[in-house]
Parts: sequence; structure tokens; C-alpha cells
Amino acid sequence: MTTQAQVHSTEHVHRDDVGARLGMWLFLFTELILFGGMFLVYSVYRFTHQAEFHIAAKELNTLVGTFNTMVLLTSSMTMALSIVAIQRNNKRLSMFFQFLTILLAVFFLVNKFFEWSAEIHHGIYPGSETLLNEKSGKILFFGLYYVMTGLHGLHVIVGIILISVMMRFTSKGVVKHDDYIKLENTGLYWHLVDIIWIFLFPLFYLIT
Amino acid sequence: MITDSVALETNGHEPSYLEYKGKHKGILGWILSTDHKRIGILYMCSVLTFFAMGVVFGFLMRLELIAPGKTIVNAETYNKFFTLHGVIMIFLFIIPAIPAIFGNFFLPILIGAKDVAFPRLNLFSWYLYITGGLLALMSIVMPGGPADTGWTFYIPYSVRTDTNVIYALMAAFVLGFSSILTGLNFITTVHRLRAPSMGWFKMPLSVWSFYATAWVQVLATPIIGITLLLVVIERVLHVGIFDPALGGDPVLYQHMFWIYSHPAVYIMILPGMGIVSEIIPVFAHRTIFGYKFIAFSSIAIALFGSLVWAHHMFTVGMSDAGEFIFSLLTMVVAIPSAIKVFNWTATLYKGSIELAPPMLYILAFIFLFSIGGLTGVMQGVIAIDIQVHNTSFIVGHFHYVMFGGTGFAFFAALHYWLPKMFGRMYNIKRAKVAFWIIFTGFNVLYFPMLIMGWLGMPRRYYDYLPQFHPYHFISTIGSWILIIGLIIMFTNFVISLRRGEKITKKNLWGGETLEWQIDTPPTFENFAEIPVVEDYPYVYKDNEIAVEEEKV
Repeated sequence: MTTQAQVHSTEHVHRDDVGARLGMWLFLFTELILFGGMFLVYSVYRFTHQAEFHIAAKELNTLVGTFNTMVLLTSSMTMALSIVAIQRNNKRLSMFFQFLTILLAVFFLVNKFFEWSAEIHHGIYPGSETLLNEKSGKILFFGLYYVMTGLHGLHVIVGIILISVMMRFTSKGVVKHDDYIKLENTGLYWHLVDIIWIFLFPLFYLIT
Repeated sequence: MITDSVALETNGHEPSYLEYKGKHKGILGWILSTDHKRIGILYMCSVLTFFAMGVVFGFLMRLELIAPGKTIVNAETYNKFFTLHGVIMIFLFIIPAIPAIFGNFFLPILIGAKDVAFPRLNLFSWYLYITGGLLALMSIVMPGGPADTGWTFYIPYSVRTDTNVIYALMAAFVLGFSSILTGLNFITTVHRLRAPSMGWFKMPLSVWSFYATAWVQVLATPIIGITLLLVVIERVLHVGIFDPALGGDPVLYQHMFWIYSHPAVYIMILPGMGIVSEIIPVFAHRTIFGYKFIAFSSIAIALFGSLVWAHHMFTVGMSDAGEFIFSLLTMVVAIPSAIKVFNWTATLYKGSIELAPPMLYILAFIFLFSIGGLTGVMQGVIAIDIQVHNTSFIVGHFHYVMFGGTGFAFFAALHYWLPKMFGRMYNIKRAKVAFWIIFTGFNVLYFPMLIMGWLGMPRRYYDYLPQFHPYHFISTIGSWILIIGLIIMFTNFVISLRRGEKITKKNLWGGETLEWQIDTPPTFENFAEIPVVEDYPYVYKDNEIAVEEEKV
């Protein structure tokens, strides 16, 4: 409560780290519910088309999926380490870890790109003739696969942009050892991207 | 402190937020301002513009229905009219009306804060609102014409029709995002920025209802966001999700749609209820009855309202168990709503009621909302719902709740707070005349819908059997009366802004909440220093004493 009375310039700018974190968590709730909507659709269709989902999942490359899971989990770790580094006032180390996070995220997307291209090469993409001749369960499975991993990929891209901005902030000293809430919130967002993948991976790759 | 913004000194008074000179001048000083009061005004201008458009489409629909057969437009255009009317009124008017205008303007003041928690995010959400509004307008002018699906965008028609459904869907998506950000901002503001002395149970009741609304906005809106996005993806990329031709389930779409859109009804009505709880004690000059019950019933409505969506779908085919559960939960929501109505009427009891314009609208609210609410409970009964489903009974019912409820609360709030916002008083007599015309027009317009719906007139129909002609005719006449009333009301406001009597009195109506303790119009900083709140906001000791004396 004391924070609000402290700084009140004419432009109503005040610093409230707890408030910023609260706002971020609320935003993450909305993201979870956004994906939750799709998981709901997924669970309904999986319930009504169990066997077809089972067979369709065999066409995905589990190895690439597993590898990507590891990449993303590692990136979450480097993200957390960058926050620890800034807390200890080690600006360069923090930027190094942020850079590493971006690198891993890009790596994830490159993998995803090859995975998608391989499937498209096999004629499995929305609206393709091969897919439309299949049973409805398989159409739904791949529809959801493309939409959910695609939207997740979009979140990865947003994450990359956010972390790049944070790198710039860190180098300029906007994010520093006693004011790192922006980096922390970016970290929270990145962990959310990670968590969503943790659910996507078994639901699409491991139900064979 | 930022030095490049120069405060204007006028006779030792702090300049009001209207006169305040910030970094930017002229129109930029408004559209780039992060001041919650200016953003509130921005919302007011844009929301009222869209409201006017919605009224026009509603008027055209009613005009078409004045006689059976073709009157002014063909059936396809009629479908576009009711879709536009629905999309504009729901997504662009009634959802943002009270929270975005009065929430933005008064929420920080009511809790003794200088602004919302995230002022820049607040401005951003206004830009999103404008973007969404422009997308909706683009759907009208782009080739293909506006969507003709109805505001519900039911599958499979919404993936088959050639009209600009995508624009309308994207508009709703973007507007949803705007609504989420406003909600997020309000929750954080209420948690973090209350004056240190303001405990939870010292908050004004409108703050409670804004708070409950904000939670529904944050938790329910993402579902409609993703659902509409999935329909867009399905239309553009032919991904199989809901379309039965691609193996999808259209009923699942309806569930997803109503999981948001029923709670959205409470996003619309809860702020209205907050306004009622705010205004009643002021004009009854009496302490509100059952403060905690009203506060908790807001939360209860938000909670139960999120669990009743499938009562929109009793006729689409669900398991019996599902129908019973949703029917029961629908009845349960009526309880907290009724608690509020009882508390309001109990507050009026032995009060010295002053029939100022805001109070007239509030009393009309209680009357109309009760009709809307009771017809709503009727539809919670499965047997009745199957009978009246998709008839104009439903249309009558939700206009009684949405327009008679939220709309009237919105008008009450305009009459209550507008003089505070601009420091100019409107003509009271003209306001009262407008009220009676609006009230009459409203009932003449919507009550026949209840009757003919009961007799079997289907909703959204372009043509009808001759036996329904008298009802349609009366209803259309009602729409004209209503519009005349609205024109008088808004002209009254516009005149008051230019030529109305200037007021500087802090407390216009004798309210006990914090906005009446600051300057009229408020200064840029709202409060010179953060106020100390001693008691909960609706203590009218003088009147209580008078009543006690009378007893003795």
C-alpha cells in the first residue's frame, strides 16, 4: 500500500512491482484459458474419435518432438538463470543467458519448421486432398495439431521478440539489479510458453 | 517529476483535467493521454457513436417488420441488419459502456487513487476498441457486405456464407482483447491502489461490481477469443474444427460460444447493478440495506453465471442429466440477483425519496429488470424453454434485461455523473420528460414481443403470419417513441455541455462516496492528498436520526 503514495509525477507514473506481477499473472491466466479452450475442443474430439486419434498420432515424429521438449525446457532454465544473474548484479552474464534463451527458441522453431515441412511434403496439411479423404478423426487431429502448435509457435516468436527487447533494456540499464520486474515478467511469459508445450507434447506425440 | 508538463494555475485552484496542459496539445492531448478520466471520455465519445449506429439498425429492422412481407429491404439485408444491430450493441456498446466509460473515469476516484494501475495499457485498450470498431465498420463497406449470421456466428452457416464474416469475427476478437485488458487493469487497481485506509468492506458497491465484472472479463473472454479465431482459421485455411463437412461438431461450437457469451451477460449487467446500488442510497437519503449481501451477491453472480451457459442450448440435443443440471444452476443465479433487488427495495423503504432524473432511471431499472429477470427464470424451466425457444419472447426477455437493465442503468449513470465530469448541469425538467418518453417507448416496443413470442412468433424472421401484425405494428410505433426520447435525452446533454449552468459545487446530489469530495470537474491529480476513509460509504446519519425521532 505504501508504494502508491511514494512517486506521483504529473504523468501518473508510479512503480509497483507487486502490481506489475499481479497484472502479468492475470494475463497468463487469460493465455491459459485461451489454450484451455483448444484443449477442451481436443478432449471432446479425442473422446469421440479415440481410435482415429491414436492412429493419426503415429504419423508424428516422436523423436523430433522429444528433442524439442528438451530444447524448450533448457531455454526455461537459461531464462531463470538470467534473472538470477541480474539479481546478483551481473549484467553481462544475464545478457548471455538471455541470448542463449533466444538461440534455443530459434532452434525450436527451426525444428518445428522441418517437422511441418515433412508433413506437408507427405500431403498432410489443412484442406489437402490426402487429408480430406481420411476419416474425420484424422482430419480433426491434424487440424488441431496445426492450429495448436501453430499458435504455440506464434507465442514462441512473441517470446523471442520480448526477450530481445529485454536484452536491449538490460544493456541500456533499464533492467537492473534493483529493478528487474520487466525481465521477471518476460520470464513468467516464457515459462508459460514452455508449460503449454509440456501439455501439447504428450497429447499429440505420445498417444500412439 | 516530469518538468515539461506545465500546470496551469487559475486563481490558486488546481486546473481541472479538462483544462490541464500536458505534453501534447489539442486533440493529441486527448488521444495520447494516459489520464484515466480522459480515456473515460474517449470511450464515451466512441461508445455513444456506436450506440447511435446500433439504434439506427434496430430502427430499420423494426421498420421492416411494421407490415408482413417486404416493406423497405429484402430478406438478406434484413439478416444483415439484425447481425449488425447485435454485434454493435453487444460488443461495441453494452459490454464496454459502463466499465469502460464510468469504470475508467470513476473507479480510481472511488477508491481514492490517482489513476488505474497500468495507465498506458488503459490507453492501449482504447486503441484496440477503436480497431475492433473499425473492423466491424469495414465489414459493412467491403465487397460481400456485412455478416448475415446473427451475432452468434453459428456453424456451419458462418463458414459457408459469402458475406464478410471474417471482419466481424476479427472485430469481436480484438474487442475481446480490449475488454480483457480493461478487466486486468481494474483487478490490479482494486488490489493495489485503494487508499490505505480503505478496507475491502469500505469500498463503494459499484467498485465491488466493477471488480466482479473484471474477473469475468479476464476469465471468460479468452474462450470466445479462441473460438472465434478457430472459426476464422476454419474459414481461411479449411482446417477441420467445427464444420461437420470436415468432421467437426457444430454443437461443440455452440458450447464454446456460450461458455463466454453467457458470462458476458453478467459482464453487461453487473456494472449496471453497481450503478443502482450507488445511486439508490443517495436519492433515498438512507443507508444502503445489506451492504455485504449486495457485495457478495456480485461475486456470487459472477461465479454461478459462469456455469449456466448451456441453457441457451436446451433444444440442440444434450443429455437429460446435462439439461437438468443447467436448468438448476440457472435457477440458482436468480437468487443473488433477487437478493440485490430485495436490498434495493428495502433501502427505499422509509427513505425520503427524491425523484431526480438518475433516480427515475434507477426505479425504472428495478421494474424492467424484474420483468426481464422473471421471464428469464421462466426460460430456465426446460419445458417452457422448449416452447418459447427461438421466439420473440426471448428477444423481449433479453431486451428487458439488457436494455431495461444495463441500458437504463447507463442512462442513470449519465445523469448522475455527467455534471461531475464536465462541471455543467443539464436541464432537469427536460431530462424528466425524456425519461417518461423513453420509459413509455421501451415498454410499447418490447412488451408486444413477449406476447407474440408466447403465441409463436419466431425470432429473426423477416416475414410473419397476419395474426401477428398488430403486435409488430405496436412494437414498431414503440421504437419511434423510444428514439424520440433518446434524441431528447442526448440533445439535453449536448446543450448542457455548451450552455448548461456552470457548477463548482463538490457534492451535487449529497452522495457519500469519494468522488463527491473532490473538485467539479475533478483536477488532473484527482486528490491533492490521498483521502482517509473512516466508514463504509453509505452512512446517512442525519436521515436515520430523523426517522428515529419520528418513531419516538
